[in-house]
Amino acid sequence: MATRTISGKEIQVNEEGFMTNPSEWDQEIAVELAREEGLTELTAQHWKIIDYCRQSAAMSGAAPTLRNITNGAGVSTKDLFVLFPKGPAKKVAKISGLGKPEGCV
Amino acid sequence: MADENRKVAFICSKGNLDMAYPALIMGWAALGNGIDVTIFFTFWGLDMINKNRVDHLELAPVANTSMKMSMMGVNTGNLGIPNVMGILPGMTAFATKLMKDKMGELEVPPVREYLQMLVDAGAKLYACKMTVDMNDLKKEDFIDGVLDIVTAGDFMDMTEGSQIIFI
Repeated sequence: MATRTISGKEIQVNEEGFMTNPSEWDQEIAVELAREEGLTELTAQHWKIIDYCRQSAAMSGAAPTLRNITNGAGVSTKDLFVLFPKGPAKKVAKISGLGKPEGCV
Repeated sequence: MADENRKVAFICSKGNLDMAYPALIMGWAALGNGIDVTIFFTFWGLDMINKNRVDHLELAPVANTSMKMSMMGVNTGNLGIPNVMGILPGMTAFATKLMKDKMGELEVPPVREYLQMLVDAGAKLYACKMTVDMNDLKKEDFIDGVLDIVTAGDFMDMTEGSQIIFI
């Protein structure tokens, strides 16, 4: 377990850079994490997905799978892959301050 | 990103319901992790993309040594489903329903929907020319996501640098 400082706050992360304490997350951290993942701007569509992931994880304790996201946040698979290109599964979870999704679908 | 150029190609050669899923599940995981996915359907695997067959893939209990009586809810340990029972009319439909129900409980989508998810996420689907000709099929017989009917040589060209998985 390591800590790092991001947008002036100290957060705990694992060896892959996923935050391990979701309560340390805030929107400024998300913006910074997104930039590290190559997303220069988070639009309303991005936030809709991030908000859904946060809510879903708060209920279930784990990051939602991609299919959970498309069904739950009401976003198409196509849009999800356009909004978070090159590997949305890890990207969305990381930006949302959650661990890697555990399901396969 | 280290895995930016990683590419995976699947060759789907089976039309049984249980053998349809490995490429779908691994392909979806690959796309979710930013890996390019190409799928080549050949021989019985063409059933997976055949509009008239994709919703009717089945699982037969005959000669399947992994199918146990206990799967039917009978507490019989390692006792297999006797082959002679598997040949009874309706047993294939029964085993198929059993598997579909289990997959449904796990929220795994049916094959047609799964393929659409893969296509929407950027997977490229191709049908094998030789077996398409052998089965008198045409491009119109396939679901929309299938890009083309190609030869084995074409497949080799388009998967240069890919990891290839035969199913």
